[in-house]
Amino acid sequence: MIAKVVSKNFDIPNAHTLEVARANDRYAALEKLFCLSPDEVIREIEQSGLRGKGGGGALTGEKWRLIPPKSDKPVYLVVNADEGEPGTFKDRQILEFDPHLLIEGIICASYAIGAHHAYVYIRGEYVFWMNRLQHAIDEAYAANLLGENVGGHNYALHVTIHRGAGAYICGEKTALLESLEGKRGHPRLKPKGKEPEWFFGNPTVVNNVETIASVPFIIREGYASYRAYGTEESPGTMLFGISGHVKKPGVYELPYGTSMKRVIYELCGGIRGDKKLKAIIPGGSSVQILRADEIETITLDYECLKAHGSALGTGGMIVLDEDVSIPEAMKNLFAFYHHESCGQCTPCREGTGWVDRILAKILAGAGTHEDYQTILDAVDTMNGKTICVFAPSVAFIAQSYLKKFPEEFEALLK
Amino acid sequence: MSRFGFNWENEEKFDALLERYPDKQSLMLPALWMVQYQEGWISLDAIRFIAKKLERTPMEVYSVASFYTMFQLQPVGKYHIQLCRTLSCMLCGSKNIQEYLQTKLGIKVGETTPDRQFTLSLVECLGSCGTAPCMRLNDDYIENLTPEKIDEILDGLCHDR
Ligand SMILES: Cc1cc2nc3c(=O)[nH]c(=O)nc-3n(C[C@H](O)[C@H](O)[C@H](O)COP(=O)(O)O)c2cc1C
Ligand code: SF4
Ligand code: FES
Repeated sequence: MIAKVVSKNFDIPNAHTLEVARANDRYAALEKLFCLSPDEVIREIEQSGLRGKGGGGALTGEKWRLIPPKSDKPVYLVVNADEGEPGTFKDRQILEFDPHLLIEGIICASYAIGAHHAYVYIRGEYVFWMNRLQHAIDEAYAANLLGENVGGHNYALHVTIHRGAGAYICGEKTALLESLEGKRGHPRLKPKGKEPEWFFGNPTVVNNVETIASVPFIIREGYASYRAYGTEESPGTMLFGISGHVKKPGVYELPYGTSMKRVIYELCGGIRGDKKLKAIIPGGSSVQILRADEIETITLDYECLKAHGSALGTGGMIVLDEDVSIPEAMKNLFAFYHHESCGQCTPCREGTGWVDRILAKILAGAGTHEDYQTILDAVDTMNGKTICVFAPSVAFIAQSYLKKFPEEFEALLK
Repeated sequence: MSRFGFNWENEEKFDALLERYPDKQSLMLPALWMVQYQEGWISLDAIRFIAKKLERTPMEVYSVASFYTMFQLQPVGKYHIQLCRTLSCMLCGSKNIQEYLQTKLGIKVGETTPDRQFTLSLVECLGSCGTAPCMRLNDDYIENLTPEKIDEILDGLCHDR
C-alpha cells in the first residue's frame, strides 16, 4: 500500500542535512530542470495531473499557467506551510525529515513561473520546523543552490521564511497573502474570472508544502512515472494523516485510490481497544463526516469521496470509535470554527457562535426541537453568502452531522 | 514618543529583512515577533515604536497584533503552557490532561500562577493530531501527553519556586 514518492527519505537518518540529502537524490532534478524551458516544465506538471494537496485539489499546472510568461512585474511563489486544518499534520513531516526536498521543489516551481523570490509562510507554532527549514536554506545558500546563480546556472532565487502568529484562516490563500503583506488575515473577495493571486499587486502562485515537494519527482522521473500511481482523475500519491481512535496513528504516503478500510484496519492496526468504528472525518475537520457503514467501499481519491458527499480535503482522517458522542464532537469543532472565523461576514461570525451556543445548550440537556431547527436555519444562511469558503464548509459539515446522526441529537432534546 | 527600542540584534535583523520584501509593510509580523521575544509580550509602547518604524498608525499595528492569538498583549508567566483542545486531542483525552494541569498548577485555563511562573491556555489544533494529546511549553512541543510525562517535565523545570 505504502508509496515512496514524497516520503522516500523520511526514514533515512539525517536526511535533513544537505550531505545526506544529496546522497539520496535531492537536487538531482535540477540537472534536468535547467535543460527545459519554463514552458516545458509547466507542461510536464500539467501532464502529470498533479493536484494541490492543501485541501482544494486544484490542478497545479493550470494554476502556474495563470502567471503571464513575460510579466513586467516581479513574480512570487508563496509556499503555504500554515497547516492548521484540524486532523492535518503532514507538511511538518516534510519540513522535519526532508526540508531539502521542499527547497528543491521551490527551485523547480519558481523557475517554471519565473519567480526570483519565494516565501514560505509557516504557522507560528512550528518553531522547531521553522528552524529545521531555515538551517536547510542556509546550507543551500552556502552550496550555491540558492542565491544569484542557482546550481551554477544563470538563474537567481531567494527564499525567505515568514512566520505566522496563530490564525487558522491565514491558511486560506488570500488571507495568507494579506497576512504576508502585514495585515489582518482577512480573505479577499474572489475575482470573477481566473487570475493569479496577488502579492502587493504582483502575480503570485500559492501552493501547499506537499504540492511543491511532489514536483522534483515529476521533473526527475517524468510525468508518466507519477501517473503510474493513483487513478485517472487523481494521479499520484498523497500523505495521509490518520488520528483519533486507531492503534497506529501517523502519516502514511499512499497512492490515490487506496481502500480506506484497508488503511484503517491494516496500516493503522484497527480501532483502539478493538472497539467498533462509529465514523470517520476523511479530509480534515472541514469535510462532511462519514458513518461506519458508508466507508465499506470508499477509496481515497477525489472522485470517490465526492461521490459519497464528502471530500478528500487535506487527507487528514479523524477516526471516531463507538463511544464518541457525535453532538460533543460537533460542539468541539464549532468552538474551533467560532474562534477561527475572521469576522468579516456576519453570517459566519454570528452563525458559528450561535450554533456553538445552541450545541452547548443541547449537550447540557436543555435543548428543544426548536433549537435543532434553529441550527439548520443558521447554517443555511452561512452557505454561499460569504467572502470565503470557510462558512459554506462549516455549513456543510453541520448538516452532515445532523443528518447522519439524528438519533444522537434526538436523545438529548427535551 | 516610545521608550521601547529594539536591541542591536533585532535592529540588524530588521534591516536585513527589509531587503527581502517588496514593501516594508511585510515586516509587521516579523517586527511584532521581535518585540515579543525581546520583552516577553507586546506593550502599547512597543506598538508605537513599530508604527513609527513601519510608517503606519499605532492603531493599525494594534489592530493587526490583536488579530493573531500568539501575540501576547499582556505579560504571561515564565512558562506558557498551551494545551490543544481540538477534536483529535479531545478524542485522545485532552480533557483529563486539562484537569490534571489545572489541579497541579492550582489555576484555571486563562490564568497565571501568583508567582508568575506558569500561564495555562487552551489552543486550537497544533498539527500534532497523530501524537495527541499535545501541548506547547513555550516554543517546545510535548506530545503523547500523560500525567506522568507532565510531572516529569514540569517538575524538572528549574523555576524559582
Ligand atoms: C479556511 C481555509 C483554510 C486553509 N488552510 C490551509 C492550510 O493550512 N494549508 C494549505 O496548504 N492550504 C490551506 N487552504 C487552501 C488554500 O487556500 C490554497 O488553496 C492552497 O494553499 C493552495 O495550494 P495547493 O493548490 O497546492 O493545494 C485553506 C483554505 C481555506 C478555505
Ligand atoms: S466566511 Fe468567515 S472566515 Fe471567510 S471571510 Fe467571511 S467571516 Fe471570514
Ligand atoms: S487536534 Fe490537537 S494537535 Fe490537532
